[in-house]
Amino acid sequence: MHFWQSGSALRRIAGNYGFILPALVFFLTFSIYPFYKVATLSFFEWDGIAHTPTFVGGHNFLELLRDPIWWTSFAQAAYITVLALVFQNALALGLALAINRELRAGRWYRVIFFLPPILSGIVVGLIWSWIYDGRYGVLNHALQLLGLGAWQRSWLSDPATALTAVAVIHMWKGFGWGFIILLAGLQSVPVELYEAARVDGAGPWERFWHVTVPLMVPIFFQVSILTVLGTMQIFDVIVATTQGGPGYHTEVPVTRILATMLGSSRFGYACSLGVVFGFVLLASSMIQQRVARAVYQG
Amino acid sequence: MLTNIVSKSPILLPLIPRCFAGMLSLALLAGAGCAPSSSSSALTIWHWMTDRDEAFQSLARRYELETGMPVKFELYAPSELYSQKIRGAAQTDTLPDIFGVLGESRDFASLVKAGFIGNLTPAMDQHGAAWRSRFYAKALEMDAFGPDNGYGIPAGIYGVPIDVTTIQLVYNKRLFQRAGLNPKSFPRTWAELLDAGRKLKAAGIPTFVSGWGETWLLDCFASNYAWNLMGRDKVLATIRGEVPYTDPDWIRVLRLFVELRDGGLLYDGVVTMVNKRAEQVFANEGAAIALNGSWCVNVYQGMNPDLEYGVALPPALSDQYPVVIWGGAGSSFMVNARTPRREPAIRFLQWLTATAQQQFLVEATHNLPSTHAAALTIPAQLAPFADGMEHAVHPSTLPVQELAPVVEAWGKGIQAILIGERTPEQVAQKVQQVKERELARQRKQQKG
Repeated sequence: MHFWQSGSALRRIAGNYGFILPALVFFLTFSIYPFYKVATLSFFEWDGIAHTPTFVGGHNFLELLRDPIWWTSFAQAAYITVLALVFQNALALGLALAINRELRAGRWYRVIFFLPPILSGIVVGLIWSWIYDGRYGVLNHALQLLGLGAWQRSWLSDPATALTAVAVIHMWKGFGWGFIILLAGLQSVPVELYEAARVDGAGPWERFWHVTVPLMVPIFFQVSILTVLGTMQIFDVIVATTQGGPGYHTEVPVTRILATMLGSSRFGYACSLGVVFGFVLLASSMIQQRVARAVYQG
Repeated sequence: MLTNIVSKSPILLPLIPRCFAGMLSLALLAGAGCAPSSSSSALTIWHWMTDRDEAFQSLARRYELETGMPVKFELYAPSELYSQKIRGAAQTDTLPDIFGVLGESRDFASLVKAGFIGNLTPAMDQHGAAWRSRFYAKALEMDAFGPDNGYGIPAGIYGVPIDVTTIQLVYNKRLFQRAGLNPKSFPRTWAELLDAGRKLKAAGIPTFVSGWGETWLLDCFASNYAWNLMGRDKVLATIRGEVPYTDPDWIRVLRLFVELRDGGLLYDGVVTMVNKRAEQVFANEGAAIALNGSWCVNVYQGMNPDLEYGVALPPALSDQYPVVIWGGAGSSFMVNARTPRREPAIRFLQWLTATAQQQFLVEATHNLPSTHAAALTIPAQLAPFADGMEHAVHPSTLPVQELAPVVEAWGKGIQAILIGERTPEQVAQKVQQVKERELARQRKQQKG
């Protein structure tokens, strides 16, 4: 007789746990164990191959505190994140509002707006490299036609524009996610509320400000959390366009971690960068959630 | 609801742990499927060379026909992913019978030290060193560790070079002619190069393109001139930390990039350009000169078969020391020291590097062969790259290697010069600071 057949309560518990056990095992194996391993390795000096890493205590963490390139990369990712929070999400909201008004061929727009997110970052990077090309790029050509030839430049190689140029690519690639989530949020706002507001004499702006916005606050925060997490981890677009250059002007945390790991074979130090980066992202998400809760409850 | 149904069902309940056990078994089996099975009779070879995969597959079929031994070439690309796969397989002891190693010589050394790569010296030296004597000495150097190597590895040959490569300047003959330059001769001195650049610029032709977004190509170009200006001893002394990067000779090397920048000789956006894009620009006649390796013959052939180009050594800056270019083994295969099929693996590599197979690879992939005999029949476009072998040196073959953070600071520093953000003196100072910091860290680690 098996143990789970000994009593009905035990059987029920076993049955319930039986369902979550596979997910739990997968979660432990592919999420918790790797995190534990990364956290452990961050206290070692290791080249990724040797059998015995050398224990260095908290040295890697002390080193990263004094690593100006790491913190520059952080600041640059934060700059792209701020741009994405403002412009990418504004564009996503604007488009979601437009589509929500049941425009003709609205379904097609939905598909079109969601195309960039499903394209590979490398492909998107290559397409935009051609757009930004200093000699034959579409952007410079358009500026020339508009009589703005003085603005022409090699957008990705000029330190004054490289980071913003990369940010624009990222925002173009990412706005579709926000668009879909915001559109779903807008469609969940009861139509009766708009009708009641209209009967009370509210114009479009008042309806947006007093009906849409309050009900969309949780969605806005959800989109902003996803934007922060997604943008801080920007990587593929940079690899395809600038490789972190010129100099360190478009270096971001993930390219830094990769360069440390593969370029310098310092896996331990790369793990410590990863741990710190992970905690910063976690903290920022928690702060955003708290603010969201406070705003919503307030 | 589903939970309730199951918990109340005497038939379904006992099945849950079994189902779970089954899933686990499947997962484990799937995992095992990823690793080369030691019981399989086929030789398994991992590589990253997308351009050579078809030729390798063809050779594998031919080998099976000749010997009855099946060979499985498995391609894992891009190269970053391949490097990670090798590291991962090393950790789980699932490396295949034969594999290539990408990256710095320290990674190669780590794999040897950890016992993953077998010493091929006895096989190379059998029968009067018949196998060893097939190869260019410089090709073998890349896969060998000398008696005084800094890694503490027993001296020997640990890899088999499949092809060799040299990195030189290529120039577009038609564009040279259009600018009034002699398409049959390339500038021989740095001053002549700048002069040719001015003429090309005057004719509206961008002069120089290269994938300098990939800093190793910047390092390669700078290294050519460091050797030309200072010679081997001073370069090695710098790597050992005995000569600072703030030395006037190193600053002169950095100043070359200022001259290229200020002369307007660089293609727009070269500082963040990847080499693949630079190859496209050159193949489409968008620039007159490019820095590229011998693999470009195959690439240009694919992009523009009508491209008329010549190959030349970098023009000399000084006549004190010879011009040196980067070159040596392009790609190599290593034998897994732990495989039960070590002998068949060695026999296959001996077959693969025999003249007939090397000639087949040359014809199919336009890469320079690693053996003398196959080099006798190479196509005309490859010949100047082959000639470059006598001027070739590769940093990995030097007795000491520069530290990775220093190499990074050097490459990024040159990029900063190219965008006019830093002066050569500032970059030299920064690189020296990184060098001193890293040496101090290394000393501290050694003491610890």
